[in-house]
Amino acid sequence: MRTRLAHIRFIIGALALAFVVAVAAPAGAQDRNPDGSVNPTASAVNEEQLLNALRGGAVSGRVTIPDQKAATLIQPEGQVWRDFHEVTLRWIGLIAIIGMLILLVGFYMWRGMVMIQSGRSGRVIVRFNGFERFIHWMTATCFIILAITGLNITFGRPLFASAFGSEAFTTWSQWAKYAHNYLSFPFTIGVVVIFLMWIAGNIPNRTDVEWVKQGGGMVDPSKHPPAYRFNAGQKMMYWIVVLGGTAMAITGYIMMFPFYVTDMAGMQFSQIVHGVVGVLFVAAMLAHIYIGSIGMEGAFEAMGTGTVDENWAKEHHPLWLEEQKKGPAAGGARPMATPAE
Amino acid sequence: MARMKFLCDADRCIECNACVTACKNEHEVPWGINRRRVVTLNDGKPGERSISMACMHCTDAPCAAVCPVNCFYTTADAVVLHSKDLCIGCGYCFYACPFGAPQYPRVGNFGSRGKMDKCTFCAGGPEADGSKEEYAKYGANRLAEGKLPLCAEMCSTKSLLAGDGEIIAQIYKERVVKRGYGSGAWGWKTAYRESIAS
Repeated sequence: MRTRLAHIRFIIGALALAFVVAVAAPAGAQDRNPDGSVNPTASAVNEEQLLNALRGGAVSGRVTIPDQKAATLIQPEGQVWRDFHEVTLRWIGLIAIIGMLILLVGFYMWRGMVMIQSGRSGRVIVRFNGFERFIHWMTATCFIILAITGLNITFGRPLFASAFGSEAFTTWSQWAKYAHNYLSFPFTIGVVVIFLMWIAGNIPNRTDVEWVKQGGGMVDPSKHPPAYRFNAGQKMMYWIVVLGGTAMAITGYIMMFPFYVTDMAGMQFSQIVHGVVGVLFVAAMLAHIYIGSIGMEGAFEAMGTGTVDENWAKEHHPLWLEEQKKGPAAGGARPMATPAE
Repeated sequence: MARMKFLCDADRCIECNACVTACKNEHEVPWGINRRRVVTLNDGKPGERSISMACMHCTDAPCAAVCPVNCFYTTADAVVLHSKDLCIGCGYCFYACPFGAPQYPRVGNFGSRGKMDKCTFCAGGPEADGSKEEYAKYGANRLAEGKLPLCAEMCSTKSLLAGDGEIIAQIYKERVVKRGYGSGAWGWKTAYRESIAS
């Protein structure tokens, strides 16, 4: 009885083993060629398989040289970046900048220059002191040069390279690159100082809601919405400069010091942010330049001579004028200690 | 005219780095610049493969497309070359290149980049063939002398092939048929939008 049971057990065991071997055999066969020899490519992959498996990620290995960037064999992300640089960025830039110009020309034709309705009073009040104007114009000069030299990188080649000839275009682009790199420093300092010196007047508050509700006085020329030293539009401009400038500075310095703090993906991402924020920044500044020059009577002198006409202040910044008239002692929100020049 | 290509037979490459050394010596490439390198995939694991990689001289080259000053040009042999007189060292070609081919000498402080340097398929640059100026900027112009790139010529296992794309593809196909396996021509799908059936 016992031997018979052992016998059956042996048969079952043998069958089970045969089954396992039969099932496992096809898997093992992959390592071998049909004739039984070893297939050395059994576990090797080819380019297409690996790229598909990585879904657009980079193929990386090991290198014996110090430059570890070289360990990336193929980086398909470069193609995505190329497409952004060649197509997407150019469209965003064109739409933003040309769109803004069309908007401004249209607005000028519709409204013309916004005049001081009650005429000039002949009395002036200090709006920006010498230091404020210096910082403004330093930042502005840097911005204009940075904008032109920056746009040159994206739009210069299709627009001017063939017209200038490669030699001349390269000479210009080389100097443009130096200017772009070096002027970034005073520009960044300007943005930091602007942030600190005008932050007090640029915190959004309830007056801004009213200003926006009245369309900033842009729709109905007879209406003059309330505003302290800076209205909601100017506050928006302030935050565009502060936040946009910060984004431009950070991404710009990442590109100026390549691969110091980030990898390939970080470099490509920095360029994308720098490009997109840059063209939007230029579009926003066109609006700023418009309203500060031909868009409004009496506006330029605020940054020019530093003083504005009292009637201008009454129409555009009535609450600020009241504060100034009361004087800092009477509890003006922002003391203006600078004497009129 | 031929359509010049590189083909690295990864099943033959033994990661000896002779191609790297040959390139450095032939063109007197400065320290830190690597026109060619050997990358090992799955190092120490089954299926480990080494691939010698340099500029693949792509069809519709991404570097040429993104260059803001248009310093790249393609020769009659479909070799992608560039002019160091036009390059402004912006680094964009390196962001776009699928193979990490562009290299930059560090000039001055911080990360400031000099003129880009890359594999020329031993075909020099825009200067007169074999001139001193050409050698100083781009290295030897072997193609003008009727010779093929030194990296491939010196490859001890003949893993790295350089020459007319159709001929080297044929050599590779014959190898695959004879030995019964092949893990493909690395980089071809990306550079030339084609692969050699193995």
